[in-house]
Amino acid sequence: MIPELGHFALALALALAMAQVVTGLVGAHRADARLMGATGPLAAGVLVAVASAFACLMWAYVVNDTTVMNVVQNSHSAKPLLYKLSGTWGNHEGSMVLWVLILALCGGAVAGFGGNLPSALQARVLAILALVAVGFLGFILGTSNPFDRIWPPPLEGQGLNPILQDPGLAFHPPLLYLGYVGFAVTYAFAVAALIEGRVDAAWGRWVRPWALAAWSFLTLGIALGSWWAYYELGWGGYWFWDPVENASLMPWLAGCALLHSAIVVEKREALKTWTVFLSLLAFGMSLLGTFLVRSGVLNSVHAFANDPERGTVILILLALYIGGGFLLFAWRAQAMLPTGVFAPVSREGALVLNNLLLCSIAAVVLVGTLYPMFADLVLGEKFSVGPPFFNTAILPLAAPLIGAMGFGPMLAWKRAKLFPALQRLWWAALLGLGAFALCLMLEGQRVGPALGFAAAAWIIAAAAADIADRIALFSRPRAAWSRALGLPRAAWGGAVAHAGMGVMILGLAGMGLAVDKLQLVKPGESTRLAGLDYRLVRVVDATGPNFTARRATVEVRDGTRLVTVLEPERRSFPVARMTTTEAAIHTNWLKDLYLVLGDERDGGAVLRIHNNPLAPWIWLGAAIMALGGGISLSDRRMRVSAPAAKPALGSARA
Amino acid sequence: MSEAVPSPWRRRSLLLAPVAVAAVAGTGFYAMLRGMGTGTYDPRGVPSALLGKPAPDFSLPALEGAERPALGGTDLRGDRPVLLNFFASWCVPCVIEHPQLMTMMRDGVAVLGIAYKDKPEDSLGFLRRHGNPFAKLGVDQPGRVAIDYGLYGVPETYLVDKGGVVRWRWAGPITPEILAQQITPLLKRFA
Repeated sequence: MIPELGHFALALALALAMAQVVTGLVGAHRADARLMGATGPLAAGVLVAVASAFACLMWAYVVNDTTVMNVVQNSHSAKPLLYKLSGTWGNHEGSMVLWVLILALCGGAVAGFGGNLPSALQARVLAILALVAVGFLGFILGTSNPFDRIWPPPLEGQGLNPILQDPGLAFHPPLLYLGYVGFAVTYAFAVAALIEGRVDAAWGRWVRPWALAAWSFLTLGIALGSWWAYYELGWGGYWFWDPVENASLMPWLAGCALLHSAIVVEKREALKTWTVFLSLLAFGMSLLGTFLVRSGVLNSVHAFANDPERGTVILILLALYIGGGFLLFAWRAQAMLPTGVFAPVSREGALVLNNLLLCSIAAVVLVGTLYPMFADLVLGEKFSVGPPFFNTAILPLAAPLIGAMGFGPMLAWKRAKLFPALQRLWWAALLGLGAFALCLMLEGQRVGPALGFAAAAWIIAAAAADIADRIALFSRPRAAWSRALGLPRAAWGGAVAHAGMGVMILGLAGMGLAVDKLQLVKPGESTRLAGLDYRLVRVVDATGPNFTARRATVEVRDGTRLVTVLEPERRSFPVARMTTTEAAIHTNWLKDLYLVLGDERDGGAVLRIHNNPLAPWIWLGAAIMALGGGISLSDRRMRVSAPAAKPALGSARA
Repeated sequence: MSEAVPSPWRRRSLLLAPVAVAAVAGTGFYAMLRGMGTGTYDPRGVPSALLGKPAPDFSLPALEGAERPALGGTDLRGDRPVLLNFFASWCVPCVIEHPQLMTMMRDGVAVLGIAYKDKPEDSLGFLRRHGNPFAKLGVDQPGRVAIDYGLYGVPETYLVDKGGVVRWRWAGPITPEILAQQITPLLKRFA
């Protein structure tokens, strides 16, 4: 009964969303206040319906209802409750429902908090959001119904992929979707602006928080995924340039460019066409990722369903939303006239540079991801594009980006002088050079990591210099504290996010110095890596709720001092017929000791030992970046946005 | 800065560029999806290094109780092309492709089987349940022959011509479409 209610709720949501499209677009076109007034309540209705459907699906998972096909395929009664819950979105159908739920939440938020938007703009944005929801609800109901029944019901489910039974991964998809779907809102704003033919500061002020929120969630989601890959897959790496990872990186890059260019629209009313384009692009990249992951055109460990028919439907949706968006763009973008002019050397100029570089990196990732597929299609040749390509192609683009990250925030709007900005940053540059020299001295001829440390020092110091400069820490130290309190949160957020990037690069540079070793060790024997002794004490059997395991106990000693005892496991899941490795990781924040238990033979066990300096800082940095986004979001300007009062305010600031 | 472009049609063509790129990509994706349906595009397919080369030689014991002779490399050379199929009782897609193997057997195609990393009694139970399409049958419990063939997974099927040269490889279940669109024409070509 409850699954049928869920199915019905989805259908209801589809009907309501269709109504919302009509009332929003027609109401705004005819300037009919009654029709426009109906879009908000309709959005709330869609939200309630989709949330009910999701709750029904979750209920089916919690009670392990084996008459529901989706539950049978993806769950098992022996699974811990958390993973039963996360199983709801750990599969294609359920994750699509979550996707639409988040979209409905965004619609609800625009309806609920967008009261101060011009009503025609709000109605159009809601209509576009509903249009996206219609497509995806139709897709769910037509090709991937999560509530399909199976009769006779099997006694037991087929289990969730054991690799996915992990708290990190339980929250990885929801965060990613918050990011992807957040860009649907900026997309809706862009399309609404194209329909109206008008982009102004109020528009920029509305788009930026959404871009910022989406970007922050996406940052967290990607970081969580990468962290999961690091500790769960047991390969010792954190990023593999896997096509599916790339699919999430591309919207991140586009979104990063978008939130920077939206600043220019908001403050200076320039770069309008470009910002609209980026809004379309960011959502386009999100949808492209959805298509790549779910259509089966990719060969990847992450890929969901290998179903060309679903792929065709997603492609049609993609063509509709992205093709339609770009067509509208080509037709209407002419109308958007820039009002703000600026010199090449200015804050705007630096942001343009940022945009160009970020988009170039996104283009590199796009080409690297799609090229093998298209080469296979057109030339019939099979090859894969791996880390060497991405690393060599992205490095020359990342270097100027990192440089610009430092001095960009120091430049004045409209027209700036480069020299005074550089003058205020001489000590950051010196610090960077120092880090470079120090790394070369300590670690020998390792130019890559040394450059990384230099970049990290430069970025973090420049972010600190930016804040110090704004609060006049050195020129008027006494007033610094009160100035710091009065500084807009957006300024703090920007500096924190930039510093977070620096921290992340610190981690990446540290990982550049990582060493590893593969060794067959018998119980009682020990092996040595990076100044530490690893002694295998024993390997024993262990059992978990739904798996059996072999667990090794390894003592790590620094000379005679016991550093830690590591217990890596190799788990085998009988129901899913899979084996996973559980790496044992000991961190003291300066380095990770990372141990994987391999095959056992000749009375011993193969141990793979990694010594990963600064590894946790990669994800710490990403978390700091997202925190910066959060701080910026809490800026008063974002909370109390008053478009009506904007022109006066804007001219006062400019 | 750059937004005041003098020539309006150049600006328009610039604005049209995203649509053009998206259209090209969309067409490509559509072709890929079509290709996946017909088997001409397979993202998971890894080209076999064996294509056009003689099939690796081997000698495998028979499956006791199956009443089929043992399988060796010499059985691949004969007066007609043969299909060499790796299967296992624990493999779900093998069940999906089994009816197609049975059809081919009834049509008189020589289908040779290798039970891959499977207990003999399980393989036997599998064949008793679903029928035995194999003219000859070898047991590769340690999976050594599979290594020589570069097996990607089960099920996997090779087409070997009269001279013992590998002509075609399919990793994954043989669906009715694959049978009709690929195997049947190939068997005619190499007959």
